[in-house]
Formats: sequence, C-alpha cells, structure tokens
Amino acid sequence: MSNAPHYLPQGDEVALYQAAYAARLPVMVKGPTGCGKSRFVEYMAHQLGKPLITVACNEDMTASDLVGRYLLDAQGSRWVDGPLTQAARTGAICYLDEVVEARADTTVVIHALTDHRRSLPIDKKAETVQAHPDFQLVISYNPGYQSLMKDLKPSTKQRFVAFEFDYPEQAQEVAILQGETGIAAEPAATLVALAHTARNLKGHGLVEGVSTRLLVYAAQLMAQGVEPKAACRMALVWPITDDADIRQSLDHAIEALWA
Amino acid sequence: MPLKPSGPDAPDFSDPRWLSAWRELDCRLPGVQSVFEACADSTLDRLTEAQQHGLWGAGRQLGKMGRGAAPVMAWLTHWPEVVVLMGDEALDDVLALVHAMNRSPNSAAIAPMLGSLATAAKRLGAADGLRQYLQLVQQFMQQTTGSIHGHQQTLPSPGLVPLLEQVPRLLQLLSLAGLRRWVEHGARVHRQHPQHQADYFGLVSDDSIAMLQRQRHGTLLVDVQRTLNMSLQALCELDVPLVPLTGEDAGAGRVSPALQKDASKTAEHTSLGLPDVLEPLHGVDALTRYRLMLLHAAGHHAWSGQCVADNWSPAQRLAVEWFEDARIDRLLLQRWPGLRSPMLALLPPVQEGACDEAHFACLRHRLAVFNRAVLDARFAAQDPTLQGFVREFEAAMQAKANTSTMAELALRFVARTRRQSDQQPSVFFEGTQLDWRDDNRHLWRFIEDGDEEDTQATPRNDAPHELHSLPPRLYPEWDCHSQSERPDWVKVYEYLHPSGHASDIDRLLDQHSGLRRRLQKVLDRLKPQGRERLRRLEQGSELDLDLAQQALIDLRSGHTPDGRVQQHWRSNSRDVSVQLVMDLSASLAERVPGSEHTVLQVSQAAVAILGWTLAQLGDALALGGFHSNTRQEVRYMHLKGFNEPWGAEVKGRLAAIEPAYSTRLGAALRHGARPLVQRASSRKLLLVLTDGEPADVDVSDPDYLAQDARQVVRELEAQGVFVWCIQLHPAHEESVRTVFGEHYTLVDRIERLPQVLAGLFLRLTR
Repeated sequence: MSNAPHYLPQGDEVALYQAAYAARLPVMVKGPTGCGKSRFVEYMAHQLGKPLITVACNEDMTASDLVGRYLLDAQGSRWVDGPLTQAARTGAICYLDEVVEARADTTVVIHALTDHRRSLPIDKKAETVQAHPDFQLVISYNPGYQSLMKDLKPSTKQRFVAFEFDYPEQAQEVAILQGETGIAAEPAATLVALAHTARNLKGHGLVEGVSTRLLVYAAQLMAQGVEPKAACRMALVWPITDDADIRQSLDHAIEALWA
Repeated sequence: MPLKPSGPDAPDFSDPRWLSAWRELDCRLPGVQSVFEACADSTLDRLTEAQQHGLWGAGRQLGKMGRGAAPVMAWLTHWPEVVVLMGDEALDDVLALVHAMNRSPNSAAIAPMLGSLATAAKRLGAADGLRQYLQLVQQFMQQTTGSIHGHQQTLPSPGLVPLLEQVPRLLQLLSLAGLRRWVEHGARVHRQHPQHQADYFGLVSDDSIAMLQRQRHGTLLVDVQRTLNMSLQALCELDVPLVPLTGEDAGAGRVSPALQKDASKTAEHTSLGLPDVLEPLHGVDALTRYRLMLLHAAGHHAWSGQCVADNWSPAQRLAVEWFEDARIDRLLLQRWPGLRSPMLALLPPVQEGACDEAHFACLRHRLAVFNRAVLDARFAAQDPTLQGFVREFEAAMQAKANTSTMAELALRFVARTRRQSDQQPSVFFEGTQLDWRDDNRHLWRFIEDGDEEDTQATPRNDAPHELHSLPPRLYPEWDCHSQSERPDWVKVYEYLHPSGHASDIDRLLDQHSGLRRRLQKVLDRLKPQGRERLRRLEQGSELDLDLAQQALIDLRSGHTPDGRVQQHWRSNSRDVSVQLVMDLSASLAERVPGSEHTVLQVSQAAVAILGWTLAQLGDALALGGFHSNTRQEVRYMHLKGFNEPWGAEVKGRLAAIEPAYSTRLGAALRHGARPLVQRASSRKLLLVLTDGEPADVDVSDPDYLAQDARQVVRELEAQGVFVWCIQLHPAHEESVRTVFGEHYTLVDRIERLPQVLAGLFLRLTR
C-alpha cells in the first residue's frame, strides 16, 4: 500500500475494529454497495500495518480458488497457494468481498479458520495449515441482495462479529466528496441532496439508492469541467436504472435542484 | 300576409325586409314562426343580402322536404352563426349532405346535424375544415347505414344521431383528425352491433371513453401518473394517490388541482386531484406543469395548517389563500432552485394599474401584483402600501412564518388596501390565475354549515352483493373423544367470491416490487429450461470433458483421480399443483403491531405475490378462503380455480375479501383439498394460511377442532398431498404443532410474510 487510504469515520468503528483485531476475531462488514466497506477495511489494514489480500467472490468460485491447486508445467506439477492459504501462512488480513455470491460448498472452507481451531485443512496435500497469529478473516455481505435461495447459513453467520455500514450523514457525505475530489461545498451539498431524493425511491422502484461512490464519480466529472446536470445524469441516473419513469423522476429532481 | 305581433318586444312588422324574408322562407310549419322572429332581427343586421337569400332559400327547401319543422328550426337557429364566422361558402356542401340524408333512411339526423354546425364552425375555423367535417359525417353515414339484404340501405344508422348530439362536446376535446380516428374506430368495431354502436357514439360505453381519451391532444395524466408518483416519492417522501379531474365543459375551462384530505374515523385518506389532460403553455411542457402542481400541493401538505373559515368574509379568505400560496411557492424555490424558470414562465405578467377601478373590482388584481412582486425578483411594485407589505412578507419569511402568521398578514392587507370599488360585481380576472396553484380546499375548516358549495367528494356506498352459493356439501368430522367420525356433520357452502377492484392488488404488488424483482431472478433459474444436466455420475450417458481432464491431471500428477466423470441430460419439467387455503376469520382485521397495515392486507399482498410467482413458473394454483358460523354454515369462498388464469378477475376477488366469523379448519381443509386430490400432478401442495387456532362458536372443547384438523392432515398426507401451514400469530404455536406436526412456518413479523410465503413455496418445490 503506497498511499494511506482516505476514510472518514462515521462512528467509533475504528476503535471497535482494533479491538476485534486484537482478539483476532473474524469480522463481517455489512451495508449497501458503495458506502465505504472496502475502503474501511483497507484503511484499517493500513492503520494496523498488516498486508491485505482481497478476493472478489463470484458464483463460479470453487474451494480450490481459495485454498490453492496443483498446476501442471514442464517440470511436472507444483502446488500453488490460493489467497486464503497465503494469508493464513503469512499473517495477512484476508478480505472476501461479497462472500454470499460464492457457492455454499466454498464458504464451508472458511469454517475451520473462523473458530478456535484457526486451521485450514488442505485435502490435496493432506496438510493442515495452522494460521499465523496475525491472520484475520474479513468478509463483506450486502443484505439487500439476498435472493431467496442464496443466503449465508446461520452456522457461517454466527462465526463473525459484524459492522453495520450505511450511507454517511449529510454533512459527512459532503465532507467526503470535498476530500475525495476537491469540489466546492455548495455543489457538494446539492449532489448529496440529489442522492437523498434517489434513496427515497428505494423500494418504490429502485433496488438500491445512489451510493457514495457514484457521488464521487459525479463530483470527479464536474471537477473535469462537465456541466453539472450532465454529470449527474451520467453518474447518478443512467447506471442505476433502465426504467423510463424512474429516469424521468430523477431527471426532474436534477432539474429542480440545479438552478 | 299579415303577421300577428307576439312577445313583449314586438318586432317592427312594417319593416319590408321582414315581410320579404318571411315570404322567401315560405314555411307555415308550427313553431317556425317564433324561431324566425327570434333570429330575423339579428340576421337582418349582420348578414349581407346574398347571405340572407341563401339563408331563407335553404330554409324554404328544408321546409318543403317533408321532414317536419325540426330541420328548419335548427337551420334558422344555427346557420347565421356559421355565416358570421366564415361566410356561406359551405352552403352548397351542407345542402348536398342534407339531401343525401333525406334520400337515405337517416332523415331523423338532419336536425341534429344542422345543430352541430355552429360548434363545428367555431372549433374548426375555416370553411375547409367545415367541409371536411361534413365529409366525415357523410362517410360515417354511408358506412353504418344498414341493409337487410346487403343491397339497398334500409336501416338508419344507429350511431349517427348520438354522434351528432355529442359532436359539440367531442370537438371541444379533439381535433378534427382525432375525431375522425375516433369515429372510424367506432364504425369499424361496432359495425355489426347496433346497440353497441349507439352506446359508443353516445359516449356511454367504456371503450368509447377510453378511445376518446387516447385521441385527445396533450398529455394525459394516466400516461404520466407513474413518473409523477415517483417524483412525489423521491422529492417529498410522500405517497398519495393521484386522481384525474375532468372539468365540467370537458377541457375548455381551467381545472385546478385539489388536495383532498378526508379524515375519517379509521385513517386519513389524502388524494390529489390533477387535471386529466394538459397541453404545453407559454413554453412550459405539460409534464413540467404537472410537476409544479404536484410540488405545490405537496408543499401545502407538508407546510400548511388549517384555518377556521366561519369568521372571515370571502375577500379575507381570498387574501389568506394568496398569501399562503405565495409563502409555499417561496419555500419551494428555496428548496429546489431549479423550479424558478418554469414558475416564472408561467407567472402571468400583471402590471400595476391595469385594472380600471371605475368598472371592476380590483382585489384579485392587487393580490396578483403583490404575488408577482414577491416571487419575481425582477419586478418591483410602485405603490408604497404594496411595497410595505412586500417588506413585511420578506421579514415573515426570514422569521419562518407559518399559516396563522400569514393569515394575520393577509387580513391586514385586506384592511389596509380596501377600496370602495371592491364591492362591484364585475371582477378583474386577467392575469390572476396561476397555473400550478390548487383550490386550497384543505386550508379551510367550517364549523357551521354555510352555503358554500361542498367541495368534498362523497364516497360512494356500493350496495353489498347478494351471494349465491352452490348447494351445501356434507362432510364428516372427527370426534377425538370417541375416536370415530361423525358422518355428514358439517355443511360447507361454496361461494364465488364477489369482485372488488383489481387495481388495489396491483398497488399492493407495486409496494413489493423489490421482492418481485428478486423473485424474478430466482424464478428464471427455476423455470424449467427443458433439459437439465446432472454431473459427477459414475454411470451416465456421456463423458464430461472438464471432469475427465481434471481426472487425467490428477492421474498424471500422481493423485487418485475422481472416477465420477460422466454426465446425463434429463428433461426437467415442473409438475406442481398448489392449493392455498386462507383463513378469513374476524381476527384478520386486526392491525399489525408497529405498522399501519392490517393482517388482511399483508395476507392479500402475500397471496398476490404467490399468485404472480406461480403464474411466472407456469404451475397450477388454486386459491380459496374460508370462515365458519357454526357447523351448519361453513363458507368456502372460491377465489381462483386451477383452470382460471391469474388476471384481473382473480385479483378483483382477492381485493374484496372481508374477514368475519370463525375458523373451522378441518371442514375447510376437506373441502379445499378435494380438487387438489383429483389432479394428476406428481407433486401436490396444500398451503394453509391462518392466524389462529381452529375454533367455532358452537364448539366449547378447545381440542376438538384441532384434533379434527389433525386427522384431516393425516388423511391428506396419506393420499399424497403435502400439507404446510403458515401461522401468523405466535401465540397459537402449540395448536399448530398439534395439527400440522413439523410442517409449519411461524411468521412473527407480518411484514415478512410475502417473502416467507414465496421462499417457502420455492424451497418446498425445488
């Protein structure tokens, strides 16, 4: 990590995380997309001075993607560690992003690592890796996306302590926008007001409201000289919905807020 | 021939023009004389000689046609208006049409046709437009005049007379092209059915009104309703139904929006009425006009209070309304600065001094000038009193005034600026109507009944429907004490449930659209794709290349390969029948703690989602509800059969369910499961949605009905039906366990019921 990541604490989550890390407890960060979960984990890893290994989980991920596999090359076969094994051996923080997307048989791999045993059995090598004392497992979980067939099993959920994230308060979000992009306070306040109107539509047609990340994109576009209304449409309206009526309502909100 | 003077203003019969006109008209039919006298005076002055000759000559032809006095009277009444508007170029065409009508069986339509000419001329402007209108009428007449044998035309057109009677109203709403499309649609669709045709053209039937709405120019409220609802939700976090309002003369005058707050005993119903169609005005398009109206009304809803109206005069009330509207508009502009440009475009440009105090009452004008000074920064009032009030208004806005402060300010305004001329009957209206403001009916509370018009809409009370049921079926009941059945103990009446409004269910479904979207993803995966691949088989029908490769790699690298390298394709089709039986007893009307919905509404939403889910998957679903009033009258309400599609009819029945009486579960299960048992599906599922333990008014033993229900469940499971209960009330868990064993789900948070129901169904039928 070359630069320190910017993160504006919303409450006392920094101290709480440090306490969790001191006990090496596995951590679950929950919240809507784009509200700062991954940024928080990066920041904490930087604060604690530990390396961070991030894995983006998807439906095709098998257990061997996490643990490791044999690869064939000219000299024969050799074992290559997966990201989880690497983290366990070297004492890094392993961050599994959107863990619920992975298949159920994949997530069971982490069961052994997350209780008092702190060991990772590798069947193919007939080896059990004992986790480094500095190892910690962090997963992120977005409760809004749970389909009825896919959910974390209670036996998995109960192995973690959880941090609940949400979009920041108005004043904080304005400060975040200014910190990330350097735009003035007034357009930042208008962008946040626009985000609030879109978030009011969550459950009334929108699956998720506008995330802080999209606001940062809009502010970056405006800093490049794009006209505010066009920047808002590009970053805040077109990515989140294809429904014509919702787009019209959000366009109306843009027209109403930007003079 | 001598004319007898009649009426108090007797015309001057010595005028030779009268006599010659009367002689030219040459008509002695009854009633024509009085009409002649009424119109002659004005026409003799306004029309030229040639036009007059045309008027009287044609009148004479009409009189001699032998169709009575009605055509002549209509002619004399309406044709002069047409001539004044556009001259008499179209005279020949009109007479040609009249003769064509005369020769056809449609002669009764001559008088209505002549009667429609004046409106047509007014709306269509030029003689050419009038000619096209006449062509339209002639074409329609030829298309729809019926014949028995298919050769001669012998039956008059059923739709012609209703059409001509409605033309004035239609031309107010539609252009000529729109009218032509509407007429052609009706002629084409209802060619074979005279009664339907008459209903269509008389604007009685639903499809004619719907077709009319579609032809109207401008933006219809029903087309943009969804986006307006979303804007309301997004900007104001308000969810209020929008109701289209039609003006009395159907669109010619202005319809003002109306925010209706009906506070009844159980709940507060708010609805916002908006004009049903709008056109662009002063460069502002119709959707923006709608949005301004919406936001103004929402501003009132959020920021306005109520005033008692009884002590104030109409002038005082008017001023209070204007001041409060100005305050709301200023607050809107503060919050959403982007509204400034449409608002200023729609603001009428009133000028001070435009009102002539000698002839008009100028209160409205003064208020309009004040309003403009307050809203438009570029305009400054000259009158020092007005300026003083503008300053006071600004100070009040700074101090975050509310409705009562504004009301005091308004009353002082009326007192200070009162003039004697305000009492005059003619009011100066120009520039005093702002497009987006509502009629402020919500602002006033009347303690005494006055003679103001009642602006609240009275709710309609539909008479309750008579229910007809099938003859009762007799079912046995299990007696747990004697461990035997009581034969023919219970009478079950099956009713077809009366229909309500399907739109209620659609609205409930919209509230759960997030859940539906998630379900859709799941359903897309579950939907039978035709073939399914089974992998990792030791014995299959083909080799799975990926796994075979993996096995070879393992072999080469010195490990034991996994021998399950084969796969098999099989056809995957779902064959599930589901019967849902809903408990409709009186406990459903209770409110869910912590929410404003009743258990009934949540159950409706859950069943609606289930119905939609199964319609997507293509599974068979039947819905029924039950309640009981002793063993002699167990009512089973049929909501949906296996063969009925999930559509508006079923939704209507679902919307109308009313909770009442008690729960006699066993009999309902026996009756409800009968069609399910007879079906040939491989998997049969009976879902029971209940919130209480089985109980009835004529049974005192609490276990009796529960044991009976338990027996039914056992019998059904022996017959291959899988029974599952969804229990809504946590207190009755014990009795549910008695009846259903482990096959139940307890829903403690009712809001999760839709999700639970859908998820349960999917898990049980995976």
